[in-house]
Amino acid sequence: MNNISLFITGPVIALALAAGIAAVKADPVDDTLTIDGKEMISRAKAPEGHPFDEVMSGWLFRTAETRALEADTFVNPGMLEVEEGGAIWNTVEGTAGKSCASCHGDAAESMKDVGANYPKWDSDSGRPINIELQINKCREKNMGAEPYAFDKGGQKALTAYVKHQSLGTPVSIDLGQGEMQNWWDRGKELYYTRTGQLNLSCASCHEANMGKMIRADHLSQGQINGFPTYRLKQGKLISVHNRFRGCIRDTRAEMPKAFSDELMALEVYVTWRGTGLSVETPAVRQ
Amino acid sequence: MAKSKPRVKVPKSAAAGEVITIKTLISHDMESGQRKDKDGNPIPRKIINKFACTFNGEPVFECELDPAISANPYLEFSAKVPQSGTFKFTWVDDDGSVYEAENTIEVQ
Repeated sequence: MNNISLFITGPVIALALAAGIAAVKADPVDDTLTIDGKEMISRAKAPEGHPFDEVMSGWLFRTAETRALEADTFVNPGMLEVEEGGAIWNTVEGTAGKSCASCHGDAAESMKDVGANYPKWDSDSGRPINIELQINKCREKNMGAEPYAFDKGGQKALTAYVKHQSLGTPVSIDLGQGEMQNWWDRGKELYYTRTGQLNLSCASCHEANMGKMIRADHLSQGQINGFPTYRLKQGKLISVHNRFRGCIRDTRAEMPKAFSDELMALEVYVTWRGTGLSVETPAVRQ
Repeated sequence: MAKSKPRVKVPKSAAAGEVITIKTLISHDMESGQRKDKDGNPIPRKIINKFACTFNGEPVFECELDPAISANPYLEFSAKVPQSGTFKFTWVDDDGSVYEAENTIEVQ
């Protein structure tokens, strides 16, 4: 335990020494994210009914070194897995003898801007569907292949590859489809419900204390426009439902299953909270 | 990561005597040899232990890598280019495999 607290307080002390007491304030940086020369929207006017005036990408809350990693796709370690996703796109699997490319052709064209509009309403299952589940649906229905289990097989790589084709496109989901509005309502309720032994809701950190330091971590708005995101802590791509579960675990609550109704509702609501921000997949975070 | 694949970023052209930045990245697990598997048996070390870059046969940059280097080693260095030529890059794996890449640069 001593070791752990030493590691965590070390950087904070260094920061405080370097920047004086002002370091405690820790505002998001005033900087523009440009990925390979393409400018990203990392600050956008919030949609109507949003608690903030401005929505901000988590990129603005990270250190200069982490921000630089995302600005160059050659250096971004998440791109290795995106490349893997590209290989899966062209791999034939299942009884129908098809790959993703057999139907969808070149992802750069067919998947352009697609990821920015998910989750979408899926009338077949009567619930919202995200990219992961859309891929599974395609695998089962059209390819005759086994659906991926959560975070297994090529799920993260392929999801990141599809979403990467929307790099720079502003996030925008259609709440008018099917019962999306009901799921949004449910997601909002979950967002503000305190859970766990620590009695925290999503809003406790990402709304009420956004911009403050939680020990050595700079609290962002908790946007998901960069998912699957490369987290330096794990050294690999992390899916949005994994991150949701991680946050819920940290409040010491029971974790809902990935793709459960709770987490799908939360994904609908949290995606909406980032309306207008560029898709940054694969983002790089702490 | 199943297969190690090297990637290199070198400018296509430069002025004579210009100092350019070279970026290299190779996908590799860099298994340190310090870890144990589920049954407690040590996982054998398998890392990239050496990297070298030459320009028209002349050494430019070379280094040895140790187990503390993280997965997918990224190396960035600069070089002065006197004339057009070819950069050759080699990565040497613990198992004896050698991964290679090369890039030509044109000096105007």
